[in-house]
Amino acid sequence: MKQEQAAAYWRENIEPILRYLIIWFVVSYGCGILFVDELNKIHFFGFKMGFWFAQQGSIFVFLVLLVMYARNMNKLDKKYDVDE
Amino acid sequence: MGLDLLTYLFVGLSFALYIGIAIWSRAGSTQEFYIAGGGVHPAANGMATAADWMSAASFISLAGIVSFAGYDASGYLMGWTGGYVILAMLLAPYLRKFGKFTVPDFIGDRYYSNTARTIAVICVIFISFTYIAGQMRGTGIVFSRFLHVSIDWGVLIGMVIVFFYAVLGGMKGITYTQVAQYCILIFAYTVPAVFLVMQVTGHILPQTGLGATVQESVNPIWAGKPVLVVLDEVVQELGFHEYTAGSRSTLDTFFITAALMAGTAGLPHVIVRFFTVPSVRDARASAAWALMFIAVLYLTVPAVGAIGQLNLINTINGQEGEGTDYTAMPQWFKNWEQSGLIAWNDRNGDNKVQYASGEAFVGGKPELTDDYGDLGQRLTLNPIIDSAVAPGFDPSQQPYANEVFVDRDIMVLANPEIAQLPEWVVALVAAGAIAAALSTAAGLLLVISTAISHDLLKKTLLPEINERQELVAARMASVAAIFISGYFGLNPPDYVAATVALAFGLAAASFFPVIVMGIFFKRINKQGAIAGMLVGLISTLAYIIYFKFLGGATEDLILGISPEGFGALGMMMNFVVAFLVSYSTPEPPEEIQAMVDHIRIPRGAEAAQEH
Repeated sequence: MKQEQAAAYWRENIEPILRYLIIWFVVSYGCGILFVDELNKIHFFGFKMGFWFAQQGSIFVFLVLLVMYARNMNKLDKKYDVDE
Repeated sequence: MGLDLLTYLFVGLSFALYIGIAIWSRAGSTQEFYIAGGGVHPAANGMATAADWMSAASFISLAGIVSFAGYDASGYLMGWTGGYVILAMLLAPYLRKFGKFTVPDFIGDRYYSNTARTIAVICVIFISFTYIAGQMRGTGIVFSRFLHVSIDWGVLIGMVIVFFYAVLGGMKGITYTQVAQYCILIFAYTVPAVFLVMQVTGHILPQTGLGATVQESVNPIWAGKPVLVVLDEVVQELGFHEYTAGSRSTLDTFFITAALMAGTAGLPHVIVRFFTVPSVRDARASAAWALMFIAVLYLTVPAVGAIGQLNLINTINGQEGEGTDYTAMPQWFKNWEQSGLIAWNDRNGDNKVQYASGEAFVGGKPELTDDYGDLGQRLTLNPIIDSAVAPGFDPSQQPYANEVFVDRDIMVLANPEIAQLPEWVVALVAAGAIAAALSTAAGLLLVISTAISHDLLKKTLLPEINERQELVAARMASVAAIFISGYFGLNPPDYVAATVALAFGLAAASFFPVIVMGIFFKRINKQGAIAGMLVGLISTLAYIIYFKFLGGATEDLILGISPEGFGALGMMMNFVVAFLVSYSTPEPPEEIQAMVDHIRIPRGAEAAQEH
């Protein structure tokens, strides 16, 4: 594999990771901790929203992120012909 | 069939299964002993990772913490699951491509330094031992409670069982044993949870049941209101802070969550799991599977905690909220009194048990005697202070002073009894708790023995030993580790929770940054990594020792960050120091930079091996 191609693969590898980590940060530290009081004013299905994010919601989002990550990376590997 | 017989049966059957698997898959070569030949399916590996990860702390303690701290415990829930996101995206695929056995292997090779490798080995041993002591203790508590033996015998029985499958089986034995253990522990956790939630709300799923309304059969006063609304009202009437809002500072919660997350991603026994899959692709899949299996338990925890607390208050204070006559208290209350994890102090002398905010005993914990009072309650040596002068008791905030000491750790074990569930459910919980403690203990032992035989002996001190001798050394190290951890199980350090926090903080402050930098920043060199690890490790250790063990005052906490959260600050210092030192010293050699390029590309990952 050529140097430039390896560098391009690495850039395209970093970009989605950063995107996912922003979401990861926003749901856990954002919704669950920093803005929890504001979100707690919203009620749904017997939950306060901030509390729900802190104890359940963020975990659901983490799961979705990991599945998306695994799928997109596999696609990226194919595109650059570095899959196994 | 009685409860004892059922417990023997369940625990006995599950043990027979674990030992059977260990014998069936005995390891023949060093490679099989360490990493199961790299041939484990991602789903199986994910399940084993989940069992490895969910220890006595997750199974026994977590719901208890949530139950008594409410929102303040959220950091544990988010931290211990969110860590997998950074583990999967920043570490696992690259470490798999790197293709060695252990974390010190990576650090030693990437930073071309045996000093770095040795520091890493010290971190591994320290983290794993602090973690394993709690597991041995957890096993001992469950054995002693359900098999009616002393806690010392409980710990000894646990040591023998761990010996069999960890030492004889190695990683391959452990992988399949842990798949079995996951199935048992998750069944044992969710079945009682479903019963509990059904009883209180009529919902089946604990995840949605937490938002459902309380049924009239539980308490007519609460009927028709959502669980969390009732809980908020009731705990505030008793003088506690609101269940769904925190009493900790936002900054502290933030740091604790960060330390637990980075600690999760830096724990050596979790990372090593990702060496056991055949490819980089499978490493990514394994992480997703692992989190899914972990989430099954973690999404159940908030319901178990909240409903457990509601049941506890309802049972002790009664439907009217005035307390219950001691003589009318159910059997579970007296059983746990026997084990010393519940105690009653009749402060107002009305012969009723009342639960509220505040310490039931002067000094916090009851000092138990073997004497019993007129009503059959266990007596303590603590000075008796009536509620009118009890410190911190404010009659305008709560109806009565707290009279009950409840150890948080009994919540999961006692829940089925509090809710009067069938005996087989109670027995099942015992088998599940033991599975959780043993699976983690075995995984940790393997990491300790590998660190000693492989990283310390083979790679540093005695490079000439052959594979056979290395395997013998690994087994001897396991045996030694079992004895040492058994000793800590018999003589636990004062605060088990403190030592677990220590393990996470240390992993976050030492390993996590240098591994991430080793993959993502080529410029970080040997000097930077060593300086970073030392700064992170020593600062975190010093902070925890000062505030947890030397009695540092809470006013002196830096920015009000509690010792559990300091690992996050240690991690930041590690990053900063590593960058500063690296950029003022020569860049890493050409071949190291080429190696970093190599691990960034998935193709060509071979089975983990010596080079």
